[in-house]
Amino acid sequence: MSGTTTAPPVADAPPARRLRGPALARMRDLALVPAIIVLVLVGALIDPVFLSSANIINVLQQQTELSLLVLAEAIILIGGRFDLSLESTVGLAPALAVALVIPAASNGLGTEWSSALAIPICLLVGVLIGAFNGVLILRFGLSAFIVTLGMLIVLRGLQIGITGGQNLFELPSSVLYLGNAQWFGLPASIWICGILFAIGIAVLGWFRHGRAVYAIGGNRDAARAAGIRADRVIFVVFIVGGLLAALAGLLMTGRLGSVASAQGSGMIFTVFAAAVIGGVSMEGGKGTLFGALCGVIVLGLINNILTLAGVSAQWIQAIYGLIILVALMLARVTTGKAQD
Amino acid sequence: MTGVLSDAVGGGAAAPPPAVSAQEITKRFGATTALSGVSVAVRPGETHALVGRNGAGKSTLVSVLTGLQRADEGTVSFGGEPAPAPSDRDGWRRRVACVYQRSTIIPTLSVAENLFLNRQTARGPIRWGGLRRRAASLLEEYGVAVNPAAMAGDLNVEQRQLVEIARALSLGTRFIILDEPTARLDATAIERLFVRMRSLSASGVTMLFISHHLREVYEVCDTVTVLRDARWVLTEPVSAVGHSALVAAMTGEAVGLTDVAPRTVPSSAQPALSLRSLTLADAYTGIDLEVRAGEIVGVTGSGSSGKVSLAETVGGLRRADSGTVSVGTSVVGAGVPAALKAGIGLVPEDRHREGLVPLLSVAENATLPIASQLGPAGVVVPRRRTAVASEMVKKYDIRAESPAAPVSSLSGGNAQKVVLARALSTSPAVLVLINPTAGVDVRSKESLLGAVRSAADQGTGVLMVSDELDDLRHCDRVLVMFHGQVTATLPRGWDDAEVVAAVEGVASADEATSNAEEGVAVGGDQGSSAGKGVSSEGAES
Repeated sequence: MSGTTTAPPVADAPPARRLRGPALARMRDLALVPAIIVLVLVGALIDPVFLSSANIINVLQQQTELSLLVLAEAIILIGGRFDLSLESTVGLAPALAVALVIPAASNGLGTEWSSALAIPICLLVGVLIGAFNGVLILRFGLSAFIVTLGMLIVLRGLQIGITGGQNLFELPSSVLYLGNAQWFGLPASIWICGILFAIGIAVLGWFRHGRAVYAIGGNRDAARAAGIRADRVIFVVFIVGGLLAALAGLLMTGRLGSVASAQGSGMIFTVFAAAVIGGVSMEGGKGTLFGALCGVIVLGLINNILTLAGVSAQWIQAIYGLIILVALMLARVTTGKAQD
Repeated sequence: MTGVLSDAVGGGAAAPPPAVSAQEITKRFGATTALSGVSVAVRPGETHALVGRNGAGKSTLVSVLTGLQRADEGTVSFGGEPAPAPSDRDGWRRRVACVYQRSTIIPTLSVAENLFLNRQTARGPIRWGGLRRRAASLLEEYGVAVNPAAMAGDLNVEQRQLVEIARALSLGTRFIILDEPTARLDATAIERLFVRMRSLSASGVTMLFISHHLREVYEVCDTVTVLRDARWVLTEPVSAVGHSALVAAMTGEAVGLTDVAPRTVPSSAQPALSLRSLTLADAYTGIDLEVRAGEIVGVTGSGSSGKVSLAETVGGLRRADSGTVSVGTSVVGAGVPAALKAGIGLVPEDRHREGLVPLLSVAENATLPIASQLGPAGVVVPRRRTAVASEMVKKYDIRAESPAAPVSSLSGGNAQKVVLARALSTSPAVLVLINPTAGVDVRSKESLLGAVRSAADQGTGVLMVSDELDDLRHCDRVLVMFHGQVTATLPRGWDDAEVVAAVEGVASADEATSNAEEGVAVGGDQGSSAGKGVSSEGAES
């Protein structure tokens, strides 16, 4: 069986030996780039304001919270699981942190802990929610869909119970900081998102533990047979998901200057849409974080263009949903594979 | 090779310790005993066959030997040393590798990454270029012609197995379990696998080979162990145990497997199924075929011959580009409902995917197509269904706890009987079967083929696509397909070498001329190994 005489790739050591991802993955990664270019051109034609740096920064900043959720959901989906409860974490984590810090007169819980604790508490709540999801799903073997659907309702209810259904306005300055600060001329939230995505892309693309997430999503038994501790990896993935959702809640709270009782509500649908448009498979094991990021940007641009084009607010949601469906169909045609 | 059994099992002082040894293994699942005091020893460098009917305990023994399940009693040792702790997956992986029937490849990752899964890099970021080069040289070392950058999900069954074997060897494993590796390969691929197994064996790799094909056991194995009903029955050198003795050990009674009672089709029989210049791009072209009522027509060929597509077209799963399928005198429309209505019953290729709804009961699965006859206005009367199903269970010898048991709890052979029972439940005029006995034990094989024969005796025209010579022996004539065309028709009384030669596309000169150009163009890369395959097949039979 020595029939393979075609030059083995060992011989032609390529001059540029840079770190490169698997070729196919890169192809799929770039699938949305043409769409982004087209959207930018359309936007520029519709309104010259579109290309102004103020508008671009505005679009990006509005997408930061969504993009963190998409980052979390994409990692969980690649690992072959599901988390619907992220959108409630966006509300509960900052609400609980703030309520523990502010006085009872401002709808706080009356504990009036040091306001320096607000951010650590917020992130800790995210971690605990992720860990709880992980325990229910992995230890008790419950369906991820039902567990996180239940958690979505429970967490939202907890937030309403804790805050008495009120919006929280008197926020400590530390909570406001991240959503408002400017670093090197750009909003801090954009930097944070960019850095977290870069870390995520690097870990999932070039590190063993990141590749383990793909392996588990692709074929869990095979991953375990290869010595990957599947449950442990997925547990960590759920915790990271909760942490990112709490951070997204923090950014949103800072940007809006309050914790609304419905903060984050309904976002999960857009999160899934962005992830799937970005090529992340609902079946697990497929997709990249770069693709998911492109999905977020596409949705952000569409939203912005619709607003600039003067589409009436009553119609924007219907059109937005329709465009998501069209984008999915296009993705289906371009990748040629059925999505699930 | 001493060939003395007691050396291997008893561990005589002079003999080297066995590569793997299982002592008095007992494993229970609830009330059922899957293994009862089974001892097996495999000597270093030998190819050891493990045979037994479905449910004999082979799979359980494999999972104990690979450390995936822990025996209730008994010990496993490798090269004289006790097996690693159950949690030490790496330790197990270094000592034993298994190529399972179900893939342990991750379809969404590249071949290179699958080869080095969870050890892509010692530390720091993965260097993809380097990983691909390591994969390429590994694949080249073992002569596996697969692009390391390809998605593993795009590989065919043969390539996937080779990748899994290469991965096992690259871990330093010198003991490999092959769990029915040939079940889903065509004849040429099987022969290539055997060539590879022989060279691995020559280089000192120990193998445990599981197969339902006894011929394969004789072809590549040194020693054979038979399990029956969770117990060890015999371990003998292959050369010392005859074919019927082996079958007897497996079934517990003497059975002549290859003796097929002759049958005849009355010459007055009308055509039940006729295909007229049926063509499907990339599968088959211009197929004309007639199956008379009561006739069993076999179709065989390599994996790329288009035989499965042809059968699926007749069964309504695929739509031909041109040509017609007729039952009796009327032309059949496209689609499964039309095929069912016309009286075509189908036993599809993959019973797990297309054949059965695993969580539904045996009764529901078996009566799916006749649900409308089980009660008025779409209502299914449970009592009537159970009655019909019980009759089927008896008629087709389906071994299930009850008709209400879920199909997923059945062994492969019994699940296939349910599929066949369902296909015959409508009393079809035409029965189409695709590899009906793949992955089925000897005893079930007989009852399946017996049911097919009795259906034919009652006037059903049978079209049976199969790679198995044992299946084809029941056919009144066998058509051989090669690259989408029927290249040979063999009447009853052919010998094995004739069929194998025609399947490989190296048939007698007059046949070869018609498809010479295709044969050269497509078969070029396989020419040499196919040649080897046929000669060794010929020598064997």
